Amino acid sequence: MMKNSLSLQTISRIAVFIILLFSVYFLFAGHNNPGGGFIGGLMAASALVLLYLSFGTKKINKVIRINFPYLIATGLLIAMATGVISVIFGYPFLTQFYEYFHFPLLGKAGLATALLFDAGVFLVVIGVTILVILTIAEDDD
Amino acid sequence: MLETTLWIVLVMLSIAVLLCFIRVVKGPTMSDRILAIDLLGINMIGIIGLIMIIQDTLVYVDVLLVLGIIAFIGSIALSKFIERGIVVDRDNN
Repeated sequence: MMKNSLSLQTISRIAVFIILLFSVYFLFAGHNNPGGGFIGGLMAASALVLLYLSFGTKKINKVIRINFPYLIATGLLIAMATGVISVIFGYPFLTQFYEYFHFPLLGKAGLATALLFDAGVFLVVIGVTILVILTIAEDDD
Repeated sequence: MLETTLWIVLVMLSIAVLLCFIRVVKGPTMSDRILAIDLLGINMIGIIGLIMIIQDTLVYVDVLLVLGIIAFIGSIALSKFIERGIVVDRDNN
């Protein structure tokens, strides 16, 4: 059953990059504004789901060579390491540090170690969502 | 004047959401339900935009973008399901 889905593929080639950029914006905006690692990961996962919908799993698995269970484990390790590092320096578990720095193009910006924890949550959410959807989708025969 | 108009339009959009919900529940075919779900998402985007004008804030812009993306992907997945009977296919041409 070969149906021509040219318009869907053309639209999704452009829309995927917009959604991925939006997810990265959510990841970085999450400290003081609405956003954070969870919703950013959901947006990135929805961009990948759009790719899988329009091009099929065989072609996209050839392009995106990520082992999603390893991605979940990497995200959990990053999120746990940010907690353990504050234990090593003598603070309570998951203590976050906050400091202002000067960047060449951005000017003065605040950096928090909560961003690393959010990055770990981001990877875990992408891995779990894509793994669940692909496992359900490949179950039909 | 603007305030009164905004509230009237908000009530009308709420009635439209209710009508979409009725069409989702008792739609005769699957296509009616999918179209009603898509229209429900668009109506929710309109309602949140009106609430943003009423409260004079820009905080809900992210909510608008997320709702738009989710409604887009959801209607693509549902229409692909009624066209081919499978959502994520293994080999696409």
